[in-house]
This record gives sequence, C-alpha cells and structure tokens, in this order.
Amino acid sequence: MAKTLFDKVWDSHVVTSLGDGVDLLYIDKHLVHEVTSPQAFSGLRENGRGVRRADATLAVCDHAVPTRRQGRAHIADEQARLQVAALAQNCRDFSITHFGIDDVRQGIVHVIGPEQGLTQPGMTIVCGDSHTSTHGAFGALAFGIGTSEVEHVLSTQTLRQKRPQSMRISVNGRLAEHVTAKDMILAIIGTIGTAGGTGYVIEYSGDAVHALSMSGRMSMCNMSIEAGARAGLIAVDDATIQWLKGRPLAPSKEHWQQAVHHWQSYVSDDDAHFHKEVTLQAERIEPQVTWGTSPQDVTHVGGFVPDPKQEEDPARRQSMEQALTYMGLLPKTKIVDIAIDHVFIGSCTNGRLEDLRAASTVIKGRKVKDGLKAMVVPGSGLVKQEAEREGLDQIFKEAGFEWREAGCSMCLAMNDDRLNPRERCASTSNRNFEGRQGRFGRTHLLSPQMAAAAAVTGHITDVRELL
Amino acid sequence: MQKFTTLRSIAAPFARDHVDTDMIIPKQFLTTVSRKGLGAGLFYDLRYDDKGAWNSSLLLDKKVYKGAAILVVGDNFGCGSSREHAPWALLDAGYRCLIGAGFADIFYNNCFKNGMLPIVLPKQQVGQLMQAAEAVAYMTVDLPQQTVSVEGTQQVFSFDIDETRKRALLEGLDDIAMTLKEEDSIRAFEERDRTQRPWLWASP
Repeated sequence: MAKTLFDKVWDSHVVTSLGDGVDLLYIDKHLVHEVTSPQAFSGLRENGRGVRRADATLAVCDHAVPTRRQGRAHIADEQARLQVAALAQNCRDFSITHFGIDDVRQGIVHVIGPEQGLTQPGMTIVCGDSHTSTHGAFGALAFGIGTSEVEHVLSTQTLRQKRPQSMRISVNGRLAEHVTAKDMILAIIGTIGTAGGTGYVIEYSGDAVHALSMSGRMSMCNMSIEAGARAGLIAVDDATIQWLKGRPLAPSKEHWQQAVHHWQSYVSDDDAHFHKEVTLQAERIEPQVTWGTSPQDVTHVGGFVPDPKQEEDPARRQSMEQALTYMGLLPKTKIVDIAIDHVFIGSCTNGRLEDLRAASTVIKGRKVKDGLKAMVVPGSGLVKQEAEREGLDQIFKEAGFEWREAGCSMCLAMNDDRLNPRERCASTSNRNFEGRQGRFGRTHLLSPQMAAAAAVTGHITDVRELL
Repeated sequence: MQKFTTLRSIAAPFARDHVDTDMIIPKQFLTTVSRKGLGAGLFYDLRYDDKGAWNSSLLLDKKVYKGAAILVVGDNFGCGSSREHAPWALLDAGYRCLIGAGFADIFYNNCFKNGMLPIVLPKQQVGQLMQAAEAVAYMTVDLPQQTVSVEGTQQVFSFDIDETRKRALLEGLDDIAMTLKEEDSIRAFEERDRTQRPWLWASP
C-alpha cells in the first residue's frame, strides 16, 4: 500500500501495538532542556528507575539562561540558576551528554540538534518543548511532549501514542523575492487557523517548499504547532543530505552510503492518501505580519488591522475585540502605520545563521531608529561564532543593535530579556500570545528581513521598499 | 496516579477560545523543579494587575465557584507551549475535569498523565453546559458510563474516550510501569535496529 512520509516513519518505529489504536513507538533521539525536565528526573529517582539510552539523549540549557555575557557565569535569578544547575547535575548522575552554558555548542535545543547532525531523516525525535516540530524539516517525525512523557522516554526510550491523521499542505510555484519561509508558514496558519492542524501531522510539499534551504524548512516546520499540529515534516531531498554531510553527529564515513540510501526512502509515495489536503500558491504570498494575540491573527504588510464589526461569528468578533484592546490597536489601521518600540531577532524559528545574514543585508549601512531597542540573539554559540567570523555582529552593532549570547531569550521571556508593559515588539519568534514576551507586552510576528526593516524605520515596513 | 471514576462538583465557566498554556501558567512560574504549588500561578496575568494585586474579573473566581473541580472551557483550550505546568496548575487549583469542544493535542495528552479527564463534546452541547455553569450548577461526570449530567435538569451528554485512556484513569495506572512490561518487545526492536541502522548504534 502506498504510504505517506509520516506513515513510513511511524510504521518503522512501532515496537508493538497496544490496542485501541495506540502504538508503542520507539524514540530515536531525545532532547532535554532545563525547564521541562527536572520533575521527570525526580520521578525516575522516586521510582528507582534509570535512563535507558543516555547515548540517544542530549541535554542543553536554553530557556532560562541570560543572554548578556556577564550574566551567565552567575545567573542572578535564583530559581533559574537552580534549574540550570539541576540539569547539569541530572546529566552527570545519569551520564547524559550536556552542553553547558559555557560550551560553544550551547544554544536553542532546536537549533543545535540539526547543527550537530543529531537530527536525521526517518528518525523519531522528541523533546519537552512544542517547537520540536522544527526537526521535521529533515523528514523526521519530531514532536513536543509533556514532562510525564519526558520521564517515560528517559525510562523506556518509547512513547505510547495514538496515531494522528495526515494532512498535506502544498505550496506550489515560486515565492517572490524577499518573501520567506516565515511568511509562507504565517500565511498557512492564517489560512487553516491555529487549531486547523489539531490531530494531524502536516507534510509540507510543493516546489516552493523544496526550493527552500534547510534553514527555511526548519522555520516552516517549527511553527506547525502554531497551526495546531504536533508535527510537520518535509520529504528528504538533496538539500537534506547535503546539510548532514560532515556534521559532528552525522554517520561516519563507514556508514554514510548506507545511511543515505536509507534516508532517501523518506518521501511520500506518489499515490499516498492524506486525510486532508490544502494548497496555496506561492506567488500570492506577501510578507506577513500578525496584528493580534494568536498566530492566526495575521495579514500581509500592505493590509489593515481588521474591523471586528465586520466579523459575523460572535465568538470570533469578541476574541478580535479582546485582541485589539490588548494590542492597543484601532480597527482599520494600516499595518505599516504601526509604530514599534522593540525589535527581537532570534528564536528557534529564526535564530539561525541564514536568518541573521538576511536581516544584516537590510541593516547594513543603516541605523536603528532613535529610541528603539533592538537585539539579536543567535540561536547557538556556533551560529554566533560563525556570524562573527562573517562580520555580521559588526553590522548589527554599528547600526545600534545589541549582540547577545545564545538562548531562547525574548521569544518566551523566561530570562531577563522581556518587554515592559505595553511595549510593542516586531519579533521573529513564533508566538504573539498575551504576555508571551513580557507581561502586557505586544508582539508582531514577522520574518527577519521585516524585523530588520522595522528596526530601521521605527514602524512596520515593507522590507522591499528598503532593498 | 490518582484514580478517576466519578466526580460531582460545581462547574466553573471559562468561555474564552484559544486559551494558550502561557495564559494558563505564565513563564515566571516555570523555573520550579516541583510539580506542586503551581495553582498560585494559574491564570496569573488575568487575575493580578501590573503591581501584583488581585484584580480578577474572571467568572470562575466568583465565590459560588469555590471548590469547583470541573471547568467548562472554550475551544482549542491549552494551545501553544507543551508545558505540563498547565495541567499541574489546574490540578493544584482543584480542577480534575475539563469540558470543551476541542483541546490542543499536547495539553490533552498531558491531562491524562495527571489523572485529569478532558472531555470533548460537540460545540452545541458545550454551549449548553457553559450556560448551565454560568447559571451555577452541579454537574456529575461518570467515567465508567461516559456521561456528563447537569443536576436538576434532564441534560445528560455522552462522551467518547479511548479505551486505554479510560482504563488508565479508572485504575490510576502508571504508564511507565505498563510500558516496562513490554521490555521484551523493546529489546527485540533494538536488536533489529542495530542491524538495520548500525550508524545509530556506533559508539561515538
């Protein structure tokens, strides 16, 4: 029977069927970070259980770490310091490889997995973090889990899972210049809604998707969860295999050919059945900007803040009104008339080298608008190192950006990088929820290029007018 | 894990759609290394003002809902971050059953791991239960029979639930203990995998 890419990965990891549609699924790689793991390790200790495959587990601190260099040796927030220390101790106790805060390989868990070559096609990968979907860019089935499941994987290297349905989202044609993977995924979320993917695994396909670099594919798969899907994935092609070549955790020379041959099978069969199909035309996608407090509250840069009065569904109307009140926006405001206070470039969505390069081309030779705060937080220590080698840090710093150490930073504002109440931020991250970037802070999601343009002009700007 | 069989309680209403886990439990409560005590942070940003003073206008904070163990919620409840702190916070605040038209996948899963029952019903029925909750009513959730009923009315709704999840809740089963019984199958999988994907088993 013809199989989807998702079917292939799922079927090849079923340890046994537990009945009632639930399978025991083998987990190839488990990524662990400081925030969602301490209770799992405590659970292991309380029950006298061990870690089944420390060799398939990699830990890193990213969520709560400060991004100012001087703040990293001794974390001021006592709770965060204890949490980061607990991860290090747990990894020592259970012999798990851990990239500590002073390791150049430290960074956002979803940036370092692919960077190290840990993420490979056909794998099952989990992490106590919803953006684990990022790794699906490599044709892996990767999804976020809760802490109880983290404990389950540590102990058994498996998960009890009900098989989700499959959806294919095809983006055909070619993206216009300066329109990015981020714009594509925001447009998709705007189309299917933030619960549109609930119960599904999404395969992204079409020319526009396969024309993306691996970095762009990661940005897309990353935000599958914002469309409600636990996982998003993209079939393996030459770009996938080229990325992996020479990475520290990629297969050795001895196994390389065998691995490549295996990986190449991770594509959907031509006549495979999907439970749902959605199609978009790439040429019609414009740079996207969110205006509300859910990623589905999105429009194009040439658009307007919508008027709730024109919404027929009363529940939707009410939520739009709530969002506009929170965001401090009036209906029918031009998107480009929205003035901003802060720009954040970083996160597991857009904190990779390619993102920083793209933003730097807009920034080069320009200045951050007076009074505006702007920061770049590289996705990993290695991204930072490479960016510095290319001189990107100088471009950002000369323009007036702060250049920080790697971490999740203001994407979720668990450390001290956060918005003040009612500050408005143009952000390359993934969530514009109320309070996400700081209590009463206001977030507009957009691409790195668009964030850079906003930094220069002080308001939301169509980046194409600057290039 | 605490068992779940039947539950009779006042039901509190929380009608908002797309409530994300950041809203259920904001980030400043995530630096804990314990599962306990998170009730204090539940819906924090909706309940406290800029200065941290109590300022809740939430219906569920009205005195009549004190002690409620059932929460009737809006659509797509629990979307966003995978933080299990969200169900921990709800549980710590006394909620053991949530009723809504649809839950986000990860949140839904996380509830079951903590002896909590998220019930999915058609939108129209959730609407009726929301009205009943807003008018203040006792509800009874009967897991063996898979029904929710509103006391003093004829309203009884049947809900679906996976057999395995139902059994785990009824018996308070520990997932890990159950999976460890599959050790032979896990080992057999690993042995096969060593030959099929040797590069994943090569020592570094």
